[in-house]
Amino acid sequence: MNMLLTVRTALKNILGNRLRSGLTILGLVIGIASVILLVGLANGATQSINEEISSVGADLVSVYIYDSEHALTYEDLAPINKLEKVSGVTSYVSLDGSVTVGGKKVSGTELIGGGESYAGMMGYDIKFGRDLSRIDVENFTKCVMIGEKISTKYWNNANPCGKTLKINGDEYTVVGVIEGTGSSMGSNVDNLVILPVTTARYLNAESGITAFYIRAETEDDAEAVAKTVKKYLNKTHKLSSDYCDVTTQKMMIEAVNEINRTMTLLFGGIASISLLVGGIGVMNVMLVSVTERTREIGIRKSLGAKKRDILWQFLVESVVLSLLGGTIGILAGLLFGRIAILAGAFFAPGIGMIALSFAVSVFVGLVFGSLPAYRAAKMKPVEALRYE
Amino acid sequence: MIKLESLVKKFTLGDETITAVNHADLEIDRGEFVAITGPSGSGKSTLMNIIGLLDTADEGVYMLEGMDVTKLTDDRQAEIRNEKIGFIFQSFCLLQKHTALENVMVPLLYRGIGEKEAGERARKILDIMRMGDRLKHLPNQLSGGQQQRVAIARALAGEPSLILADEPTGALDSRTGEELMNLLKQLNSVGQTIIMITHDEHIASRASRIVRIEDGILREEDRQ
Repeated sequence: MNMLLTVRTALKNILGNRLRSGLTILGLVIGIASVILLVGLANGATQSINEEISSVGADLVSVYIYDSEHALTYEDLAPINKLEKVSGVTSYVSLDGSVTVGGKKVSGTELIGGGESYAGMMGYDIKFGRDLSRIDVENFTKCVMIGEKISTKYWNNANPCGKTLKINGDEYTVVGVIEGTGSSMGSNVDNLVILPVTTARYLNAESGITAFYIRAETEDDAEAVAKTVKKYLNKTHKLSSDYCDVTTQKMMIEAVNEINRTMTLLFGGIASISLLVGGIGVMNVMLVSVTERTREIGIRKSLGAKKRDILWQFLVESVVLSLLGGTIGILAGLLFGRIAILAGAFFAPGIGMIALSFAVSVFVGLVFGSLPAYRAAKMKPVEALRYE
Repeated sequence: MIKLESLVKKFTLGDETITAVNHADLEIDRGEFVAITGPSGSGKSTLMNIIGLLDTADEGVYMLEGMDVTKLTDDRQAEIRNEKIGFIFQSFCLLQKHTALENVMVPLLYRGIGEKEAGERARKILDIMRMGDRLKHLPNQLSGGQQQRVAIARALAGEPSLILADEPTGALDSRTGEELMNLLKQLNSVGQTIIMITHDEHIASRASRIVRIEDGILREEDRQ
């Protein structure tokens, strides 16, 4: 009997009892849908994070010092700038403070202190005015660069340079506006307020530098620069890896990917369990189905069906059933992923994952359908025909 | 065409061994219409199963069209059944989820014939059985007599050497039963070999030859 006909007959039997078939494949559907959804969400988040990391430029090396006792001073950065293949260094400190413009409080701002040429180092474009300069830093000048959103909100499209705003009651002059790009390195650029890192002392109890960025000359130099800086910090400032972290963007991406891989394996493992349960469900129903259709098997055998004809018939039915479950599961997973996107999450189901899910469905159908199919094929025609 | 030599078939039920067929000898020529009669438990069903290659004898020889088919593998039995034997069962034994046409196509498909050709041949034979206007009907949409006619069409579709009918009128009323027997006689008159099992003497008398079986032992009765 040809394949297409066998598949059509299988579908007829499956769809002939929709409730039973539906309940049977429910385990598979849920298992596969959850895998598609969860792995898709993990992938989506990873992709979006990696995009952000990459957008800053692969030539960036980040240094974070965990222990504030080992913090550096602004002057310590100058020699680092002179290290091999380093094209620039800028420091960074996160701040707390209340920003007001003309007496009105500005909400949603992110206050940071940046080193000289901070905007340039971070790859921000300047819309109005200029970047922070060395003079600003050395003189503890009370000046700020602001993000585009703040500029547009309070000064419309006009150039706000020269105007002032207050931070914790103190007056600061706007010297530059950064063009909006959205999110970068965890900061929302549009809402940034950047003052010189030294001036930040007025807002920050800590006066040491615990974070700075280094630009390598080219992307390929990033790794070498990271190594050089690490060695330098260890030697000159006794900063071992216990106290500080020197990473390139590439390493960050690798770290994120590693987490993603682990999570994918975890989800895969959990999904396998549910697929096992689903498969047992399929096997159970197929066994019952075979027993119910004993007479039919007897009739078919009397008409000339060989063992392999019967085996094939029930195996195909099992695979079609599982494949149906897998397909519905994939569609359900993608649908929920869509809904997640509408809710603001990132969802990126790989084609690999979808293909794997199809393959797994077929596999489950084959493995868990084989016992029932074998039982059916083995039946003796005389006994089978007698079955009521 | 059929030659049974000293055929023996035993069954074990617990500690007891029952000899269902006890050294049966039988010869049936092409074109005969033979009725095998006997009370229930006489072994006639067992005998028919062996002739129909649904079961295997323990001892003896079974020759079918000159071929020794006594001890064959399950698959080989299935092949020969498909090629040479057409079954008609008391309870019709149609596939409930398939139409009349599809039911008749089944043995042809198992023979490896393509769907299109199988469909054409099935259609033709159903026409002859005057079921041509009910091809798409399911068994539960057909009367008993109609179902049995589909079953006969199915049995004839593969142009078998032998038709084996097990109480073919058992589930039909007497009028429909008569019609069926007429149909079988008609088939026989154009050369179809038919072996019929029945416990009904009246039905048996419609055949051209009666063979009696009791406690597994065969006895020739009448030739008409």
